[in-house]
Amino acid sequence: MTRETWINAALALGLLAVPLWAWVADEPFTITLATKVAILALAGVGLNIALGLGGLVSLGHAAFFGLGGYAMGILAAHAQNYTPLMEWPLVVEGTKSMPVIWLVAVIVSALTALLIGALSLRTSGVYFIMITLAFGQMLYYFAISWPAYGGEDGLSIYVRNGFPGLNTLDPIQFFAICYVLLILALAFSARLARSPFGLALNAARQSPQRVETVGISPYRLRLLAFVISGAITGLAGALFADLNRFVSPSMFSWQTSGEIMVFIILGGTARLFGPVAGAALFIFLEQALGGLSEYWHVHLGLLLLAVVLFARGGIIGTLAGQGARND
Amino acid sequence: MTLLSLTDVSAFYGASQALFKVSLEVDHGQAVALLGRNGMGKSTTIKTICRMLPHKGGEVRFDGHDLRRIPSHRAARMGIGLVPEGRRIFPKLSVEENLIAAARSGAWGMARVTTLFPRLAERRGQSAASLSGGEQQMLAIGRALMTNPRLLILDEATEGLAPIIRQEIWQAIGALKAEGGLSLLIVDKSLKELEQVADRAVVLQRGETVWQGAMRDLGADITDRYLGV
Repeated sequence: MTRETWINAALALGLLAVPLWAWVADEPFTITLATKVAILALAGVGLNIALGLGGLVSLGHAAFFGLGGYAMGILAAHAQNYTPLMEWPLVVEGTKSMPVIWLVAVIVSALTALLIGALSLRTSGVYFIMITLAFGQMLYYFAISWPAYGGEDGLSIYVRNGFPGLNTLDPIQFFAICYVLLILALAFSARLARSPFGLALNAARQSPQRVETVGISPYRLRLLAFVISGAITGLAGALFADLNRFVSPSMFSWQTSGEIMVFIILGGTARLFGPVAGAALFIFLEQALGGLSEYWHVHLGLLLLAVVLFARGGIIGTLAGQGARND
Repeated sequence: MTLLSLTDVSAFYGASQALFKVSLEVDHGQAVALLGRNGMGKSTTIKTICRMLPHKGGEVRFDGHDLRRIPSHRAARMGIGLVPEGRRIFPKLSVEENLIAAARSGAWGMARVTTLFPRLAERRGQSAASLSGGEQQMLAIGRALMTNPRLLILDEATEGLAPIIRQEIWQAIGALKAEGGLSLLIVDKSLKELEQVADRAVVLQRGETVWQGAMRDLGADITDRYLGV
């Protein structure tokens, strides 16, 4: 086992151990924080497929995070109000079932990623960044101006959605759901990176022209990666909305995209557990420094600067004694 | 049976014309040497065949299909494998990952490539960037073979390599030729080795085909005049 594998195992166990300790010690807030880490890490795992593996610097991933959130919010709001989502041409009811909501969140996010990716991946570099950012902001302003679902005030869900056989209102059980989904996403991401598709995507990041000469279209590769990435981030959005029992347009904002990217860079771009390490550090700093000053992001900015300048492999790369990967 | 044919092909880099009237043919299972001094259009001809550079005049056909509107990746899928000049492997992938990334189903797989180049089997998990120049060249050939091409184009595959490595590469090219089934288009300056492998030769001069014929007919008058040998 490499040192990085040990670090990954320690992170996985640590993320499990903290809420278990909090459960025994009756500290539900700590469990909620660990759940938030798991969900944000899941969003990061999604973005890391596009950013780390494919080299796609998307500043619009909040679009998928928000769509996942609103998929949950809209379905649950209709279910709690006993009003159908639509009545024509067929009646579609809302739902409080997490698996159904996840499925809808993943499908909606994937289809939106397909549309955004199909257009934005025809460009590269700063143009790609700007187009993804523009799509995210379009959805942000659309959510603000959509009064049916709360507009600027967002949408509150009174009771957390259900999962068969579990009490999702119990913080440790909801954490367990999020943790299992995170581990599944990490396992999928690891397998994807080693698959012929993942290797070709990595190769396309290094040289699109060389990939073409072996019969692979970089555009199609990247589009599929972008769709997978968007779908996973959308699932994280649905969980995040369920955690807070609230969705608002801020889930679509470019700051959300930036934050997901920041903790990937902090943890280590293209490192499997980079998003987990980054999300944990992000939440820790938010709690530790946020209580001292509302300007705690200044410290985060300094840390980010230090990582980019002196530890480009992020937390994982530095601890593993390796430099940047897929720089 | 003709696999690849170029007929009066012209190509441009911006406004500058690089190919004027290039014509050549490669038959099924045949090895053709593409010769000419530096800057005479050999690499440009290869870029045109691989669709990395569109041609403006003439016709490029592969297995009967007109390649005019075919993008580079589709030309490769049709069976045109390229070993580019300067090796150009994927440096951040391991040897094995370089081969897997390019793999397509067919007769050529990991086992067969590593049988052809046992050094690649020894370096399987090693980063491609850490290989020697010769090993990188073997990897570049192996990667092209993993796409299961019908035509393998080797652009200066032995340039800048140590004599013993060059010998290994030529042995591998000879083995590919001897196995049959695969057509080869080889750009190289080593006439002695080419004579052992190539059936035919095409000579380019300032972006034009000035001579083509059987390799054995490539006389001193031609090599003196066009190749400066």
